[in-house]
Amino acid sequence: MEKQLLHITVNNEYRELYINPKRLLVEVLRDDLALTGTKRGCNTGACGACTVMLNGVPVKSCSVLAMQADGAEVATVEGLAEGGKLSLLQRSFLDHGAFQCGFCTPGMLMSATALLKEIKKPTKDQIKEAIHGNLCRCTGYNSIIRAVRAVAEGEYKERG
Amino acid sequence: MIRDFIYLKAGSVKEALDLLDKHKDDYKIICGGQSLLILMRQGLVAPENLIDIKGMKELSYIKFNSKTGLRIGATTIHREIEKSSVIKKHYPVLVDMEKNLASIQTRNWGTIGGNLAHADPAGDPGALLMALNARVSMANKERVRALLLEEFFVDFFETALEEGELLLEVQVPPVPPRTATAYEKFNIIKNDQGIVSVAASLTLNEDGLRCKDARLVLGGSAPVPLRAKEAEAMLKGRKVTEGLLEQVGSRASEEADPVADIHASEGYRRHLVKALTKRMVKRAWEHARTLAH
Repeated sequence: MEKQLLHITVNNEYRELYINPKRLLVEVLRDDLALTGTKRGCNTGACGACTVMLNGVPVKSCSVLAMQADGAEVATVEGLAEGGKLSLLQRSFLDHGAFQCGFCTPGMLMSATALLKEIKKPTKDQIKEAIHGNLCRCTGYNSIIRAVRAVAEGEYKERG
Repeated sequence: MIRDFIYLKAGSVKEALDLLDKHKDDYKIICGGQSLLILMRQGLVAPENLIDIKGMKELSYIKFNSKTGLRIGATTIHREIEKSSVIKKHYPVLVDMEKNLASIQTRNWGTIGGNLAHADPAGDPGALLMALNARVSMANKERVRALLLEEFFVDFFETALEEGELLLEVQVPPVPPRTATAYEKFNIIKNDQGIVSVAASLTLNEDGLRCKDARLVLGGSAPVPLRAKEAEAMLKGRKVTEGLLEQVGSRASEEADPVADIHASEGYRRHLVKALTKRMVKRAWEHARTLAH
């Protein structure tokens, strides 16, 4: 199979690589770019563990061909912390114990980040709706919702 | 495992039609791919050529005109429909349907045209758009044509699209006065695909006391989204009462042609068709009554 050239900007870094066009975005992120924060869960678009931002909106990277992201900007969980500092949501997730095994966390963080970008102060229902496409099989959703809520309520401030 | 394919990207409708024509023998079109990639991963679909139309900007639009109605380009993502203020104003039932379709991530990448061309009889847009009397237009290199959605859906996962044809847009006529439409699906987990769904659209007489016209469409209840025409006929000229709802629901469940699968038996599906038909007709009736006064 002839490989094709993919141009992609991941976490603000421009990359070019040759790939078999049948490869999924999640595979290229994890296996070629070693960004293993993005998880591969159900592989059918159900669990949301592979959620990344594609041109600013969350999508399931197991359900997107990498070639469809040609020329696009992708943000993964690795891109949330800036200059070694965790994002407000990441800090809040830690403080609220919003995970047990952590497998759903990257996807949850991406969906929640997208929500807060869109709606500054979401209601509990809006938070639930935003993470509807992300399954958590161990901690339950309450601590995750509390963690997002705390950031939305302004309990977390950027550290100087 | 996805089988190897030749990946071809179309930047415009013209390019897409040229590619479809050139590779007539063995191709599949991918847009959002939210359904297609699952089938490809399962090995159920293994095209020689995969023609990607996701990058085409031309067919991503929502246009409304009060005389001609709504036009949605085939590559418009679900999320655009959900968030469209013009659709919210003139076809609010479409927005409600979209909000309950899969997840935000899926709606951010999946498209209305892809959903319809996939032709899953349990898909949400198909049944509802049929109740709204929608058409779809399609083109090949030679011509453009339009079909009513009920002509477009042919069988399980099969449409009237011919080799070399590309779906262009969905056309929804203006909603007649004193008309209300209701849609709901029954599922175990919110936003999952419906086990059964029902769309009901009722138009009342000028006096607002009786049904002038009715359209009932059953999703997940037959190889295609199915018009329950006998049940519709029972509503015409009638005032909706509990007794009539019971009769209409029963008739719709007889008209359904459901299969048994892991989610529900045939009998249970018929039961759901009846329950949802009663509920949707009642909801549409009550809503239309408020519009008539």
